[in-house]
Amino acid sequence: MSLHEPDLAVHVEDLTVAYHAKPVLWDVDLDVPPGVMAAIVGPNGAGKSTLIKAVLGLIRPTAGHVSLFGRPYAEQRHRVGYVPQRTSVDWDFPTTVADVVEMGLYGRLGWLRRPGRAERARALAALEQVGLSDYRDRQIAQLSGGQQQRTFLARALVQDADVYFLDEPMAGVDATSERAIVDVLRELRDQGKTVVVVHHDLQTVRTTFDWMMFLNVRAIAQGPVEEVYTAGNLRATYGGQVALLEGSGVPGATD
Amino acid sequence: METAIALFGDYTLRTVAAGAILLGVTSGALGSFAVLRKQSLLGDTLSHAALPGIALGFLIAGGRSLSAVLAGALATGILAALTMLLLVRRSRLKTDASLGVALSVYFAAGVVLLSFVQGRAGAGQAGLETFLFGQAAAILRSDLWIMGAVTVVSIALVAATWKELKAATFDPLFAASLGLPIVALDAIMTAMIALAVVLGLQMVGVVLMSAMIVAPAVAARQWTERLSTMVILASTFGAVGGVVGALISATGRGLATGPLIVLSLSVITAISLAFAPNRGLIAAAIRRARSGRALRARQVLATMDRLASEHGHPDYATEQGMLDTYFGMSTAGLLRHLDQRGWVRRVEHRPEEGVHWVLTETGSEEASRLPGDEGRDDEGQNEGVNGGRR
Repeated sequence: MSLHEPDLAVHVEDLTVAYHAKPVLWDVDLDVPPGVMAAIVGPNGAGKSTLIKAVLGLIRPTAGHVSLFGRPYAEQRHRVGYVPQRTSVDWDFPTTVADVVEMGLYGRLGWLRRPGRAERARALAALEQVGLSDYRDRQIAQLSGGQQQRTFLARALVQDADVYFLDEPMAGVDATSERAIVDVLRELRDQGKTVVVVHHDLQTVRTTFDWMMFLNVRAIAQGPVEEVYTAGNLRATYGGQVALLEGSGVPGATD
Repeated sequence: METAIALFGDYTLRTVAAGAILLGVTSGALGSFAVLRKQSLLGDTLSHAALPGIALGFLIAGGRSLSAVLAGALATGILAALTMLLLVRRSRLKTDASLGVALSVYFAAGVVLLSFVQGRAGAGQAGLETFLFGQAAAILRSDLWIMGAVTVVSIALVAATWKELKAATFDPLFAASLGLPIVALDAIMTAMIALAVVLGLQMVGVVLMSAMIVAPAVAARQWTERLSTMVILASTFGAVGGVVGALISATGRGLATGPLIVLSLSVITAISLAFAPNRGLIAAAIRRARSGRALRARQVLATMDRLASEHGHPDYATEQGMLDTYFGMSTAGLLRHLDQRGWVRRVEHRPEEGVHWVLTETGSEEASRLPGDEGRDDEGQNEGVNGGRR
């Protein structure tokens, strides 16, 4: 099979997702080059999480296609790490922190194979990286919000991926955890990996990320943060509802 | 004890007890996953939806053939599960509402069909109403083979797909991103629960079967923080409840086995909810009482510290009566609590007769830390009964 846009870590073209005939994403294009730390920014209900889920094949789009390093997600699964919103699971589940982190390896372990010593070692190394070594045998219900988030990050780290997708990793997280998370993400970026983060905090976009996308159902703007983070784009994204199908009037939007 | 041994010699009882053990093991193991997936109602829907199938099986086979009746039960049970899944995926109904809709529609249809069957001439003897509350004595030795086979298959399936089930139960979204076939896992799990429910119909009946799925799992969850232990415990509880219920029903005439099994399980569940070491209600009440006492003791400490500074020297001996008056209650217990921590010391203060206390050095250090100390940060603090453990 020929490669489609192999030089892009993430390539999304004409993506439309609808729930019950209401578009959540409309005709979205997204190109993320490898080795950047990218933020997807937009108001509530802008479809940020939906975009990530559609890229990961968790939601079937109505139209459009996605490729990662030139191939569809199903073929690139082993190169992708995913951190869902921490509130998407019930943390009162009978398991330990290290067990949750090991789940990142379940995909590549294959059927009938149990995680063993090698898997445990990788899980512990990832917990060390996020600063949760002391918590490995804790029951997960005992973790604070920030620790839960770092546990999820560790689970993605053992996936040893080339591109990471994180859904609101800094939401409801204490300062220590936020710093730990940002440090780990920067490390990944410095290793040449691509990090795509759904982000809600406009204050920290410029200090934390080097690439960004403004999203509000439609793709408003995307590119290097210093070029894209403008008053015009902010207004286009947050100020009032951006009318569907009248894309020509949206300032700063890329085609 | 002797009667119990004598009872075990009874052929019918042995069959019933063996069936109850098999049913308990299966429904305990599968029920653990159903409960953790917040699908406790699934067993209820599946069992109630079996009723129209029972009546249809009877009508089609033209008699009370067990295999026809159970096949019908399985068919409509699975149909109800599919209805539920369809409602969740295609409508805006959530899982609980969808389960409720499927349950009531199928059960209502079942009751109508049942009354139709019983109203027909010559079918009065059908005895289909025994499926409502079960009739354990009707279980045959040959039924045990089927029950055993289902038990072995379901346990083997759970063991073989252990890590996949675990991941899909805890975090289905992430499991799907790994490429695990969560829809297929879901379907297999639902089909297995439907099978277990159908097997339980004869023993426990349509109405109470869901207790076999939910009760052992809920009880087991109280005692452990490990999934594997929970599944094993739930199976054990299911088996114990089954045997105990069967034994009790054998001690007297006319005691229905199914409801007694469910009652035995309910006792196990009630004990677990109350007495489990960490998650139990009593443990939680003790924790609350302890933290309440610690808080009041600190208030006493703060009061003594203030009195000492108002009197201008740190060794000021506070009379216990003063503290009692200030707090409007006896502070003797709280002062003992502080004494044990080495924060206060009992002293004589002649000519006054009452008991006097002074702050120790560590006590006044502790008191000076108080305002900041009470404002706990949010690290490690969680909502929920077991979150506040320190």
